[in-house]
Formats: sequence, structure tokens, C-alpha cells
Amino acid sequence: MAAPTDGTSRPAREDTGAAPVPITAVPVRHPGRWLAVAVLAVLAAMAVNTVLTNERFGWDVVAEYLFSEPILNGLRNTLVLTALSMLIGIVGGIALAVMRQSPNPILSSAAAGYIWLFRGTPLIAQLLFWNFLSALYPRLSLGIPFGPEFVSVDTNVLITQFAACLLGLGLNEAAYMAEIVRGGLLSVDPGQNEAAGALGMSRAQTLRRIILPQAMRVIIPPTGNETISMLKTSSLVVVIGYFELLTSAQRISNQNFQVIPLLIVAAVWYLALTSILTVGQGFLERRYGRGLTPERTGPALFPRKAAP
Amino acid sequence: MPMVEASGVHKRFGRTEVLRGVDLTVQPGEVCCVIGPSGSGKSTLLRCINHLERIDAGRMRVAGELIGYRESGGKLHELRESEIARKRQDIGMVFQRFNLFPHRTALENVIEAPVTVRRVPKAQARRRAVELLDRVGLADRRDAYPAQLSGGQQQRVAIARALAMHPRLMLFDEPTSALDPELVGEVLDVMRGLAADGMTMVVVTHEMGFAREVGDALVFMDEGRIVEAGAPRTVLADPQHERTRAFLSKVL
Repeated sequence: MAAPTDGTSRPAREDTGAAPVPITAVPVRHPGRWLAVAVLAVLAAMAVNTVLTNERFGWDVVAEYLFSEPILNGLRNTLVLTALSMLIGIVGGIALAVMRQSPNPILSSAAAGYIWLFRGTPLIAQLLFWNFLSALYPRLSLGIPFGPEFVSVDTNVLITQFAACLLGLGLNEAAYMAEIVRGGLLSVDPGQNEAAGALGMSRAQTLRRIILPQAMRVIIPPTGNETISMLKTSSLVVVIGYFELLTSAQRISNQNFQVIPLLIVAAVWYLALTSILTVGQGFLERRYGRGLTPERTGPALFPRKAAP
Repeated sequence: MPMVEASGVHKRFGRTEVLRGVDLTVQPGEVCCVIGPSGSGKSTLLRCINHLERIDAGRMRVAGELIGYRESGGKLHELRESEIARKRQDIGMVFQRFNLFPHRTALENVIEAPVTVRRVPKAQARRRAVELLDRVGLADRRDAYPAQLSGGQQQRVAIARALAMHPRLMLFDEPTSALDPELVGEVLDVMRGLAADGMTMVVVTHEMGFAREVGDALVFMDEGRIVEAGAPRTVLADPQHERTRAFLSKVL
């Protein structure tokens, strides 16, 4: 077969020999901008000044507790709770979103029912429910429905306080993530499904290799939101007696009455974690934006090896 | 045995009947061009051939086998999704809007189906993909993402992607309709080459020149029916039917 000629070549622009004359024009003045900058600069200076000079901020107390053991323990719990609940949330959310899109009406309405229930009831109520599950079902067993049981355990042994935290936060998050993932799946051009189908790819292959990677671009920003929000939402576990960063800070301030400095300690850590997550999100977005975002002309962070 | 054999094919979307009894036979190695006004059902007919659309009545056979169904004991049984997918592997399709995978480079687009569907070793799939991209004149653009390619280049990658599955039949759904006029030629060149190599092709198109030169058969559709069919030169030069004449007078 003959290779087609590449129709991209054009005649070069005629060179007249004269260099173009650059435009010299008086730029538009922006006095309003300068005024705004001045006002904001003064306000910022005032803010920094008062924060540093007002002794009641208690920066010495902040410094004393920032890396103290109870705070670091709380921080560790915040990190573990956030990471594991988001893991449950994302995996569960993808599963629910795929079920929701399924042509099988049972699967799709089961997912819709789950989302309805878990988005529609307060997270605190869900946390308390999992924690007090033993009041409803003192023992949990595995066996044939309406038939014999094989294993049976005490509910309180199986669902520890920590497990109740994860169930509460993770299952609730899955309901929200499901809608985020579904939005991502819907954002992908239906032609992609057809093209993959016409090549003989199965529904599962199409989802995993073609649809999800493209949906990620839409899924990542709200997922970053959810993760950052989870850092702070995880402090709700205090209602079932578990502790994390904010609870640790409050326990200390309940004893030494230094409420503001300890709130600052917690806030500094939350800000630090949020900053790290924001940077991580940027990396992920670039990774999944390959080919989809038009900014690949600049220097690439991970340059692809050019073909020989 | 004909490569494509449609008999009495009906298709409706809701209350609109898009195909109202279409009979079509395409022999192996033949290039069949389908023309007609928009809404005449020509794209739908094409999409019924690889079961992207389910037909409501009639029979559609590719290489002698029913598409989407299995017949046993005088009864039709719907095929499972995996069985439909297997049949589609032998039928290449090229879309009006290219539908390349935007998150994959040109080369990755071409090796995707052989590797995931046919389990061809990656190195082997790569070699074949390089050959195919070379054949469509894009050897030097293999690492470009679709967004970095012109429409004509994207469509040529899409053709290479379909060819990578070694199809017995290629379906083209208005492959040049979304292209700037100066890019149409490069895609038609590739298709002409394919036809010369003996590929069986069904081409829905508005390119009458291509139909006349390359087509072995020309089918004119209107309102869900085949109004006129025959050798392209004959139909284009001397249409027998009033509606064919009216349509051709507008496009020629």
C-alpha cells in the first residue's frame, strides 16, 4: 500500500527582508490595583504584627506542645483513620458507581439504596451505630442463611472501637465517593465505549483500561477535597471515645486551660497535612492528565523516553 | 459465502423506524459504499453489522454467522457479552469522530486491543503496530498523543488500530466527514490502499469520487430502505430512481 503524502507542508511565508517594527505604546495605567495592593499590604502587616506581639496567642505553649507525645499520637491516629477510611471509601465508591451504572436493575438499585441510606443519615449516628452494634446483635455468625452456623463471635470482639471508626467513616465516605466516581464515568465520551467494544474488548476491560483512566482526571480533584475534608471529619470519632489530633489537643487544653495555643497546634498540623496532600494531588493530576491536558509542550516532570 | 448478508433488517429507536427491511450482500474482497441523505439509516445499518445496535427484525450474518444471536432448534438465543465481543474482534470499525483513546499515544492505541484482547506478547504487538503506523504514513508520530495529531492523522491511527486485530471486514462510518477538506485525501489514500490489498469494506461516505473509483458496489439509502444499488459508475451516471436522482443532483 502506498503511504499517503503528509498534507501538512505549506509554502513558507514570503520573506520581505524588512524586520517587523515592534509596537511601542503607552501601557494602560492601573491606579486601582496599586491602591488595593497598598491596602492589603497594610492589613497583612497589621495581622502579622498582632499575631506575633499579642502574648495571649501563647507561641511558647504552641512550641512546647507541637511535637509533644500526645499530639503526635493523635496525629498518627488522624493519619491512619484518614488513609484507611479513604481507601475503603474509594474502593467502595468505585464498586458502587460501577454497580449504579450496571444494566442489571438489581445491582443498580442496590447501589442507589446504599447511597441513599449512607448519605441521608448523619455520620455521627452511623459512628454510634457501629460502635453499639453489639446492643442490636450481641453475636455475629457466619453460616448458611436460615441454616446452620459455622463460626460465631462476640460482636464487641470483632468490632473494636477502631473498627467502628473505620466502618463509620469508610462506609459513609463510599457513598459520597460513589457519586464522584459516577460523575467521572459519565464525563467520558460514549464514543470511547463504542471504540473499545468494536475492538472486541469486554465491559470489564473497557472500564479498567479505557474509561477509568480518563475518568480519573475528573475524579481526582473532588477526591482530594474529600481526603482533606476527611482529615478533619475524622475528629468526629470522639463521639465513640476514640481519639485523634483535635481530641488530643483538647484533652491537653482541658487540663492547662491554654485553649487557643492548643487549637493553633492542631491547626498547624492540619495545614501541614493539607499542604502535603495538595502537592500529591498535583502529581496525580499530571499523571492522569497525559494526553488529555494541552500543556505537554513545557518541560515535562517525567519526560517520556523518545522512540529510537 | 458472502462476508455480510443482511436480510429484512429492521431497527427502531423508540417509535422511529430507522431501518425498514434492508437486504444487503457484500462479497469477500468487495468494497461496498453506502450513500444517502442524513437520517436515511446508513450509519445505523453499519452499526448493526457489528452489533453496536441490536436489530429488531430480520437476520444479519457476517461470514455466514448470525451477529448477536445463535440459532438452534429453530429458536434464536441471544449471545452473551463475551461471545459478542469475540465476534467483534474480526470486524474492524472506523468512526466519524475517530474515537482514539486520548490517554494513550498513537502506538499504545494500536497495541491496546491485540495485547488486552488477543493476549499477543507486547513486543510482538509493538512490532506489528510500528509496521501498521508505517503503512498509514505515521511512523514518525508513534509517540504522539491523539490531541497532538491532526484530524487526518488521528483517523489514520484509528485505521491502523482497527487493522491491528487482523479483521476480515472493515466498517467505515463517514471516515472523512469530520475532517478539514485538505486532510480528506490522506485518509482516502489509506483506504484505497486497503481496498487494493483485497480488504472487504463497507463504507458509509459522502465522497462520491471515492465511491466511483474504489467501490465495487454502491448502495443508495433513503428513509430506512435501500432505494437503489448497483455498480457505482452506473448508479452515479444513470440513477434509475427519482430519489437517487434528487439526492445526487444536490451532492455531485
